[in-house]
Amino acid sequence: MGYTLVYTQVLEFLPYLIKGAWISLQIAILAFFGGMFFGLILATIRTFGNKVSNKIVICYVTFFTNTPQLVQIYFLFFALPEFGILLSPYIAVLLGMTLNAAAYLCEIQRAGFLSIRQNELDAAKTLNFSLVQQVKYVILPHIMRVLFPPLSNHYIIMTLGTSMAAIFGVEELTGRAFNINSETFRSVEIFSLTALIYIVITFIATFLLAVIGRYFFKAKIRIIQ
Amino acid sequence: MERLIEEIPNFFTIWNVIFLAKAMGVTFLLTAIGCLVGFSVGGLLAIFRKTKSIYLLPIRIFIIIYTEIFRRVPFLVSLLLFFYVFQIIKISDNLFLIATITVCIIATAYIGEIIRSGIESINQTQWDAAAAMNFSYYQTLREIIFPQAWKVILPPAFGFFIMFIKDTALASQIGVMELTFAAKILNNKGFSPLLSFGTILILYFILSFPLDRFGKFMEKKLASNRN
Amino acid sequence: MHQIEIKSANAFYEKLHVLKNIDLNVDKGEIVSLIGPSGSGKSSLLKMLVGLLIPKSGKIFLNKTLINFHNQSDLRNIREQIAIVFQQYNLFQNMNVLKNVCIAPTKIQKRNPKEVNEQALYLLEKVGLQDKLKSYPDELSGGQQQRVAIARALCLNPQILLLDEITSALDPELVKEVLDTIRLLASEGMTMLIVSHEMNFVKEVSSRVVFMDDGSIIEINSPKNIFEKPSEKRTLDFVGKILKEK
Ligand SMILES: Nc1ncnc2c1ncn2[C@@H]1O[C@H](COP(=O)(O)OP(=O)(O)OP(=O)(O)O)[C@@H](O)[C@H]1O
Ligand SMILES: [Mg+2]
Repeated sequence: MGYTLVYTQVLEFLPYLIKGAWISLQIAILAFFGGMFFGLILATIRTFGNKVSNKIVICYVTFFTNTPQLVQIYFLFFALPEFGILLSPYIAVLLGMTLNAAAYLCEIQRAGFLSIRQNELDAAKTLNFSLVQQVKYVILPHIMRVLFPPLSNHYIIMTLGTSMAAIFGVEELTGRAFNINSETFRSVEIFSLTALIYIVITFIATFLLAVIGRYFFKAKIRIIQ
Repeated sequence: MERLIEEIPNFFTIWNVIFLAKAMGVTFLLTAIGCLVGFSVGGLLAIFRKTKSIYLLPIRIFIIIYTEIFRRVPFLVSLLLFFYVFQIIKISDNLFLIATITVCIIATAYIGEIIRSGIESINQTQWDAAAAMNFSYYQTLREIIFPQAWKVILPPAFGFFIMFIKDTALASQIGVMELTFAAKILNNKGFSPLLSFGTILILYFILSFPLDRFGKFMEKKLASNRN
Repeated sequence: MHQIEIKSANAFYEKLHVLKNIDLNVDKGEIVSLIGPSGSGKSSLLKMLVGLLIPKSGKIFLNKTLINFHNQSDLRNIREQIAIVFQQYNLFQNMNVLKNVCIAPTKIQKRNPKEVNEQALYLLEKVGLQDKLKSYPDELSGGQQQRVAIARALCLNPQILLLDEITSALDPELVKEVLDTIRLLASEGMTMLIVSHEMNFVKEVSSRVVFMDDGSIIEINSPKNIFEKPSEKRTLDFVGKILKEK
């Protein structure tokens, strides 16, 4: 074959890559919670809003879930300047991921809302719970138990999605792999190491989410499927 | 805005339209091949994953590792990794082939999981009854489990197809001539990014939306059928 | 001749010791009833006999042959001779009534489809389901599903029949019908193990009654004795409670 894998040179860059992983984590968490927030607003409109506002939310969700996130970010990054709006790569990626996440998380949260209505409210009413008690003891625990697994799942998908930032020059994990690659040309070693880091950080995330889910929300998440 | 309107006739020339249609075809082909292979090989993985025999234990462990790895590495990173591996082993420098293989490998991991959880959704009573009547594992799957499980498998599978149409956009990074790469080329030729990327956003939507609708329709229909 | 011989068998669901030192012999053509409180392991005992619950220790003989539960051909062999009607019926949800009855005889036993079809129609008529042939299990009542399950088991032409709570979902009229069927089968020499909460039914059909509690066999006695003068206190308590409920 004439090519031997040599990891020594690449391993020197491990701390550099791990710092990149922190930035990936940052983007994932910011976009996730931003998406949760916007998604919650959208889901609320969708659940309690009138016909027109409903249609708008549906259009938003349909558009964002049916087009690639990468192209959405391209659009933000390259097309918005035509309107005089210049975004830094980091902000463009964060904004794109947040808008995208909002669409998905709206759907997930709405499903959570819907599951509560039919289920346990009647039981709570017959037990003479006050509204606050209903929310605290019935609605929230139920919603969290239903929502936690799909939300965790989406968080992992978003963590993987952050690698797109590299394409725009953000120096997160994949971006730093690009940098090392153009310096050392040990491509296979670099990208396999990067892949390994992604595996490790998503495993840690799944593990923590499983623990949190189990102890706080009685939600079951399998660490290995 | 005015500039944009002036540009539109120049943008939608016959040459550009054919160029974009071809690119759309590549995007579609990548997804379709990936999903087809993913369904068949992923189905096999799911079947082996649920076997009990001690002799098949190494295969089961391999399947678990395989699915865990490829569902935890970003598509972009897998793609680049395969791209460089192919450069080393010099089997082929066909970019479309490399992208297709990557798509298939990842699709297999995801769809395998979808099929496995579909199999697991079927009540144990069905397995018990079949075993008590001497059905083999494969007979049970063929006659009893899959005829029931496909209703559970199809809706998430459609969600996955859509995800894959969108993920193939990343193949532009190794230079596969699909929709996103086409838009970048048009953009580089001097067409406005608004027009280039806006157009392919619509084209992606055209590919994905019917599948999305169909998947949701089927999900509703199957859900109401069951009760 | 003992057709089934169980010698100090123990079985577990993970950590739960569900069958403890079971000793039981069943002769050819005998009808043995299993009674006992909920969760005492009656269904588990039946499941063990068709290899759905593998015993951890003890010996089980079928027609004098020791069964190795880890050997596929042994398992196939016992399942050819023993048919079971599950407590939850376990009908195949994707098949209509007729297909449920016919599938195993044609696809597994490889018998002539036409002959199987005839037998299935005969059996389904006997259990009063001739006009439900094309219905799916989720379109049937519990009692109807139960009768399909009985027909399905009989269509396998087994030597031994295990029946788990087959009268629980049937109305009294049908209980009588099923009872007649069972008597007829017994007169043809079929061996049967029956789990039932229906004490009259147990009294009428069984040659012996086994009382189980907490995974163990507490007492084996004639139906007359077990209801009138059981030799164990726990049997007395259980029988007393059941008779009082009636
Ligand atoms: N598949 C299983 N996995 C784990 N535990 C089980 C399983 N099936 C039964 N058990 C447990 O084994 C014990 C015996 O169950 P079994 O079904 O044999 O009782 P039973 O005597 O048939 O009760 P019933 O009269 O309610 O049908 C129970 O404690 C039950 O919870
Ligand atoms: Mg039982």
